[in-house]
Amino acid sequence: MDALNELKKIAEKIYEDLANARVPSIQLPSRTKSNIKFDERYRVWKYGSQKITRAANTLAGAYMLLRTVYTLDFIRQMIEQRKTSTLRELYYISEGWGEAKFHSQDESDKLAEDLEILTRRLREDLKLRPEEDGARVIGDIVIEEVTRKGEKRRIHCQDDVGDSGYSIPYNVEKEKIKFIETNADKVIAIETGGMFDRLVENEFDEKSNAILVHLKGQPARSTRRFIKRLNEELNLPVIVFTDGDPWSYRIFASIAYGAIKTAHISEYLATPSAQFLGVTPSDILSYDLPSDALTKEDIDALNSELSDPRFHDEFWINEIKLQLEIKKKAEQQALAKYGLDYVTDVYLPEKLAEMGYEM
Amino acid sequence: MPIAEELAKKQRQISIAEFFERNKQILGFDNLTKAMITSVKEAVDNALDACEEAGILPDIIVKIEEEGENEYKISIEDNGPGIVKSQIPHVFARLLYGSRFHSLKQSRGQQGIGISAVVLYAQLTAGKPITVISKIGSGFPAHKYKLLIDTKRNMPNIVSEEILHWDKKSGTLVEFHIKGKYVKNRKQSVYGYLRSTAIVNPHAFIKLIEPDGNEIIFERISDKLPKQPREIKPHPNGIELGTLLKMLKETKAKKLSSFLSKEFSSISSQKAKEILKIAGVDGNLPPYEVSVEKAKKIIDAFKKIKFIAPPTDCLSPIGKNLIKRGLRKETMQLSPEFISTDMRSPSVFSGIPFIVETGIVYGGNLPRDSKVEILRFANKVPLLYQEGNCVITEAIKNIDWRRYGLEQKGGRGVPYGPAIILVHIASVNVPFLSESKEAIAHIEEIEHEIRLSLQQCARKMRIHLSKKAKKAKAKDKFLLITKILPAIAEKVSSIVGKPKPSLDEIITQIMNIVWIEDAIEEDNGSVKSIINITNYRKTKHSFNLFAEIPGKEFLDGVEPEPERIEENYIMWHVDINPKEKKSFVFRLKKESELDENNLYIDGLNPVYVIGAEKWEGE
Repeated sequence: MDALNELKKIAEKIYEDLANARVPSIQLPSRTKSNIKFDERYRVWKYGSQKITRAANTLAGAYMLLRTVYTLDFIRQMIEQRKTSTLRELYYISEGWGEAKFHSQDESDKLAEDLEILTRRLREDLKLRPEEDGARVIGDIVIEEVTRKGEKRRIHCQDDVGDSGYSIPYNVEKEKIKFIETNADKVIAIETGGMFDRLVENEFDEKSNAILVHLKGQPARSTRRFIKRLNEELNLPVIVFTDGDPWSYRIFASIAYGAIKTAHISEYLATPSAQFLGVTPSDILSYDLPSDALTKEDIDALNSELSDPRFHDEFWINEIKLQLEIKKKAEQQALAKYGLDYVTDVYLPEKLAEMGYEM
Repeated sequence: MPIAEELAKKQRQISIAEFFERNKQILGFDNLTKAMITSVKEAVDNALDACEEAGILPDIIVKIEEEGENEYKISIEDNGPGIVKSQIPHVFARLLYGSRFHSLKQSRGQQGIGISAVVLYAQLTAGKPITVISKIGSGFPAHKYKLLIDTKRNMPNIVSEEILHWDKKSGTLVEFHIKGKYVKNRKQSVYGYLRSTAIVNPHAFIKLIEPDGNEIIFERISDKLPKQPREIKPHPNGIELGTLLKMLKETKAKKLSSFLSKEFSSISSQKAKEILKIAGVDGNLPPYEVSVEKAKKIIDAFKKIKFIAPPTDCLSPIGKNLIKRGLRKETMQLSPEFISTDMRSPSVFSGIPFIVETGIVYGGNLPRDSKVEILRFANKVPLLYQEGNCVITEAIKNIDWRRYGLEQKGGRGVPYGPAIILVHIASVNVPFLSESKEAIAHIEEIEHEIRLSLQQCARKMRIHLSKKAKKAKAKDKFLLITKILPAIAEKVSSIVGKPKPSLDEIITQIMNIVWIEDAIEEDNGSVKSIINITNYRKTKHSFNLFAEIPGKEFLDGVEPEPERIEENYIMWHVDINPKEKKSFVFRLKKESELDENNLYIDGLNPVYVIGAEKWEGE
């Protein structure tokens, strides 16, 4: 009911504007790199004080407001009828909204994020769910999940699952899943499916006593929230293992510091203590990894990261500068150069030892 | 040397067939596709010329049938004056019969080798005689001939002749078989040629029946025959010494002074005296006694004196209104948003008068990313080949089209964009680049005229485009206040469960302008222009509104009573309160043209106005 009130407040503000002969408008934080600030309390990056105003004095602004009121009315109805919809369904539902219809799902996804910001509620509270299925988990942990029939089911994420692991649902809040017990002492988040499967096949979860989480590229919100809960509630350190290119560093940043797109909920999603394991540009040199030349886009992305406040620490500045110097990037799976077991027998143990973990 | 003389000379030495084989290219038969177009073109040009000379509105039917591999039967039927019986064999089966070549007169025929060349081509490729049916008027019988050319003697070989009944007042039908190739969907095709022909011959009705049975009709859009061009004498501007000497030798005038005033256009006896005085030559001298030195002095004197332009009635331009209508009709399926045409006053090169007419079609479904289409015409005949060598193309390339709203790399070259550029040159002697008569030579005066004329059209195009951009902006605002804002109000009202608030004041705030929109309607054949003004500002305004009109004489009603009506505009005084809307209407008679309203205001800051420009005075 809380979200409902927040939605109504937005509608009331617009109504009051109209009734008092003011051009209706809403204010939102500016969602750009230049407007994210470090939040000392939560130790994550959140939106700063720069605001943008969407006003109905331009056609684009008026369209935005029209879509906003239609969408919030739609969410209001869903809350009342206890329904949920996917972001894609929201996009298709708008087909029947006449002038308020969205022209791409990108528009409706963004508006859903706007509404989260305006209502200070999570997407789930607004009854919207993502398309993306959650990532996979394997490790020595017992999870209790409330199934769609309302039963509580306990799952041991090694013994009760197949080789593809436990699938993270889109809702990972406490009413849906609980962590019952674990013997693991760390979480390793892995970017690519190929590497995740390699570690599973090599039984690295057992050997290193780690919970392995597959990120599936840029991790979904539920994956990031899941990792944060593992970190906060079970006190497990989080280690991120990705490819060695600028796009992978952004994956790490979204886990550790929060993503620019979702900076309004960074404190829910980010795990500030997460550590980056590799592949680092230094690794490319010290392990003499097979590499590709940086493309123009890679170089632009690296330069952009140099001006991104989230990467303003010594480690990242040095590594990024080194990469711009050697002009090379490498994939996780490049480690296979030395054999299939090299990553689990040599690379990861060495890197973990460097970071102060004992095997 | 004119081609006629050259051909006649060669004719004696070699057989015509041999000559033809050697000069296929010059004659326009160098490949199968071109042979097809040339064959149709010669017959159609003849038909159009004959109809015009006889004062008949042309009805022409072109029918093409496929008879075998690359073999076609072509028939062209007209409703012209017909050909008298005794002349039929000579017109069709004798090469270079007739003598249009020496006349200083604008005609299509100047440009082709003639129908007899087609007959010869037909004879040499398909080997069948040509059939001609002709009738010169009601009460006369029609004559039907089958003809071949006796290529040894260049004389007609009559295969058969008969008299028959033909349900037609007068006219000519020719039918022949050729080796050729029929192509579709490109400029260089029979269709392309006829479409272009229809644009510049709006008084003609042309029907094309294609080999697959498909019928295409190019409707007549003007019932007025073009004015008949007249033969003229040379003009003193730009005449060459050789020509002058030749004229001095051939003239019948007894004295140099009367030679000047009789043999030239634009020289009065008064002017002749002036010339002789400046040249320092005695006017009583018999022309044949004028020396080369004296002739040179006369030429120099020509250059120092201003002459009136050569007579314009010797030329028969199409006229800017008819070109516009022709372009509009033939581009109708592309629904262009803008057409502008222009006609220059006659000009002269080397003593030869010419007129340039141009047109630009813009927008609609014309392709946006390709080069503009160029339509070139000389004396109302489309030029389909050698575009790159023509002065028309050169003139287009030398204009910086970027200033007018088309794309052009580096401000040179054929521009890109959704446009068609038409250029017509009418002259008593079109200076072709070569005997193939497919491109016009680079004459500075001609290029200059083309440039000025196209710039005139282009300026109008630029104005249209900037108006369009402003209108698009205005449309956005209009959509905002008429649809989007009310939709927002309705939705939020229903969410909060309160009555819909009035939006008037917000609309005024958002718009903050005086909004002028106009529409042109066809109303029982006459043109009705409606101008609506809405005051979306907080204050009352008083200002003058000016609407351009094509001419006072076309006006057919104005509402409400205007302040005044001048030759080219109507002026209303407007008093308008906030939120008030007022309408102003004027009607024009049928025969006038109004594509776009040009509206101006005076007495109100133009930044507060959408839909009209600032009045800059008359």
